Amino acid sequence: MKVHDIIEVLDAEILVEGDLDQELKTACGSDMMSDVLAFVKDQSVLLTGLLNPQVVRTAEMMDMHCIVFVRGKRPEQLVLNLAQQRDITVLATPYRMFTACGKLYKAGLEGGTAI
Amino acid sequence: MSMLELKYDIPGDDFTRAGEASGDVKQKLKKLGYNPAAIRRVAIAMYEGEINVVIHGGGGEAIVDVDPDKVVILLIDHGPGIADVEKAMQEGWSTAPDNVRSLGFGAGMGLPNMKKYSDEMEIDSVVGKGTKLRMVVYAQSPKA
Repeated sequence: MKVHDIIEVLDAEILVEGDLDQELKTACGSDMMSDVLAFVKDQSVLLTGLLNPQVVRTAEMMDMHCIVFVRGKRPEQLVLNLAQQRDITVLATPYRMFTACGKLYKAGLEGGTAI
Repeated sequence: MSMLELKYDIPGDDFTRAGEASGDVKQKLKKLGYNPAAIRRVAIAMYEGEINVVIHGGGGEAIVDVDPDKVVILLIDHGPGIADVEKAMQEGWSTAPDNVRSLGFGAGMGLPNMKKYSDEMEIDSVVGKGTKLRMVVYAQSPKA
């Protein structure tokens, strides 16, 4: 799956445009950044309802390519600027967390290995 | 011989800046052409530590020493110290205030994550004086 597939599946709006042809392996949905940081292997997409700069920092440390803000939420410009500097695509989807994750899973994006 | 020594002040009053130092270390290691798996482990371990310095330590400093075979991260704060290090190492144990949880941290995963991603970790903490935390990440590690 690629970033532009996610945009289609989630009816998402692009807030920061990075490489939309970037291949994505697995995703992670969480509002708890320490839980995201606990599973290091090849997560490419972060779905979250949290809006602070630490979301981008977490994605940066994990080498993630795409952040999706769920439930129509939009972070402030400072957060978007940070993502832009790091070449991370930022999307906003109207769907809630569970639905957004479910749609992506159904479309073939997996969650990676279990603990 | 050290390839690079980096020093950072970590401000204690601005949570939005937490992670700046770790992000900078990550960029510099990339430029040096360091092993990508090691870079990621350095970044995550240091980032969790930096968050702790902000949340618990009221700010402090980070000193990062880069060698061809390892990265040594030293985090120093002059906060309240850790009363029970063994307990602090348990997953889920947290003394972070509630407002930190709303920021996505404070779930008691910081120190366990740091231990997981570093090859060596030592905590030297004195209650009322502060905490020194030293982590080593090897460029080639069985953990990678």
